[in-house]
Amino acid sequence: MIQFENVCKRYGKATVIDDLSLTVEEGQFVVLIGPSGCGKTTTLKMINRLIEPDKGRIFVNGSDITRVNAVALRRTIGYVIQQIGLFPNMTVGQNISVVPKLLRYTNAQCDEITRSLLQLVDMDYDVYAHKYPSELSGGQQQRIGVLRALAASPPIVLMDEPFGALDPITREALQEEIKKIQRKLKKTIIFVTHDMDEALRLADTIVFMNGGRVVQIASPEEMLRNPKEDIIKNFMGKRISKVDYNSLLAADIMRASVLKVHKTKLTLECVDLMNRRQVNTLLVVDDDERFLGIVTIDDIKKHGRAGKEIGDLVSTETSVIGAGDSAKEAFERLVDSRSGYVVVKHPNDTVAGLITKTSMVKAMAEAMWGEQE
Amino acid sequence: MPVRFDLMIDHLTIVAVATAFSVVIGIALGVAAYWFKYLERIILGFSDTVQTIPSLALLSLLMIVFGLGNKTLIIGLVLYALLPIVRNTFTGISGLAPHLREAAKGMGMSKIQVLVKVELPLAFPLIFSGIKIAVVTSLGIAVMGVLIGAGGLGYPIYRGIQTRNSALILSGAVPVVLLALIFDYGMSKIEYMLTKRAKNKNEKERTTCETNLSA
Repeated sequence: MIQFENVCKRYGKATVIDDLSLTVEEGQFVVLIGPSGCGKTTTLKMINRLIEPDKGRIFVNGSDITRVNAVALRRTIGYVIQQIGLFPNMTVGQNISVVPKLLRYTNAQCDEITRSLLQLVDMDYDVYAHKYPSELSGGQQQRIGVLRALAASPPIVLMDEPFGALDPITREALQEEIKKIQRKLKKTIIFVTHDMDEALRLADTIVFMNGGRVVQIASPEEMLRNPKEDIIKNFMGKRISKVDYNSLLAADIMRASVLKVHKTKLTLECVDLMNRRQVNTLLVVDDDERFLGIVTIDDIKKHGRAGKEIGDLVSTETSVIGAGDSAKEAFERLVDSRSGYVVVKHPNDTVAGLITKTSMVKAMAEAMWGEQE
Repeated sequence: MPVRFDLMIDHLTIVAVATAFSVVIGIALGVAAYWFKYLERIILGFSDTVQTIPSLALLSLLMIVFGLGNKTLIIGLVLYALLPIVRNTFTGISGLAPHLREAAKGMGMSKIQVLVKVELPLAFPLIFSGIKIAVVTSLGIAVMGVLIGAGGLGYPIYRGIQTRNSALILSGAVPVVLLALIFDYGMSKIEYMLTKRAKNKNEKERTTCETNLSA
């Protein structure tokens, strides 16, 4: 268990940590998140005394950390940094064994630890243990960085944006691995990030900080549902779901800009228009913009003669739905329809828009993940 | 032209002993300059200044204090050799990526452990090139030793000059030149290998970081 009691830290006039009190329960995955300069990294580094607070006290498992020798304290707390920081002059095995060696484990013990840890991330001991960090990819290096932090079985592991410099795919893989490791080994992990996706994915508890203070401490679910302040909402951005799926209407998921033609247009004109706009279907309307039916390019080819009015060719075998009908209904019609689209009409029979498979998928994506740019 | 192997061995021994001392003292001073910011200017300034004193003047001054003999020559050589070693040690350590130091510290290494396990090994290629400069310079300056009663290849050269005996001069000068060239060549090779290896390691680490950042 880690406790912060009224901790303050200033650099000159700038207050970095402002009266911070925080308790981290054993075995929890706690993510510190917030905008740059919010004090999250400072908070992290105070736990292993890389930074000393000006005021207040910090307890690890009940004992005040200022009463413990800093070097001895750090050997009981794992530490992973963004730049990885593997020692280039040591092999993978030697890097993993750094802390065990400091604690005077025997060579056999170190070897044993290296073996079992490499196994944990599916890296073959014989292949990797004697390689130098420069021979590994970025993702593999940070895997070793994590293993190095775990080597002496510290109950607490501090991670300072450990995956921030990795590409998205590697990052996701490592996130999964660290979560798996945490569950398996029951570590208390304090994890700093500025990436909300990462926080939501990993955390048992998210601590949102701003201006050296804790804004909100909550589970990911709770923070998504009830973000306490605007700054958190901004951070969550598109992830906060405001959509009530049951109240979605056909009008919400349709495409409003559709190609309409008056029934008196002549066939050749229509073919030309379709060519130019790259569509194979036209919606035909009458003088009052009321929907009459559709004409496909095939219909024109089959029955159309030059100079004939398009209105004579309309087919009325189209799925139609009212703009006020539910989106679910529209979805079912779309699935049933052979043509792959549903025409949406206003109550006065004028055309409101068109639901295609594309517009449907887009609408669903927006509902799930928010506005897509 | 008699080849005086005994004098060559003498010469090399003097340089070896001097280098051994200057390596130990030089690295210690370099580390001290890095650890204690207030000593930085004093230490680097001192080794700079020593280097500017003409060798003959320095050796004769030392002779007044320490008397004639190999001991005085060795002291002089140690002083001369300090600058490249001190400066390269200092630069090598302070030029290391700060995150390596932070990782080492954060994992629970004491200051000494960070130095011995991380900083010195990583700075070693640069320190070694300082040692190379020190050795090659010392081989040349040691010739002056004859003037303050020390042994080595300076002796035949000096005697040759006094007696106008070219053969005698050559029997001293040629081995000195050869030794200097051999050591310069050999140590440059080693230096190249060391820096290449270190560069490989560091550069690869850096490029993977960069590519990942840009991804």
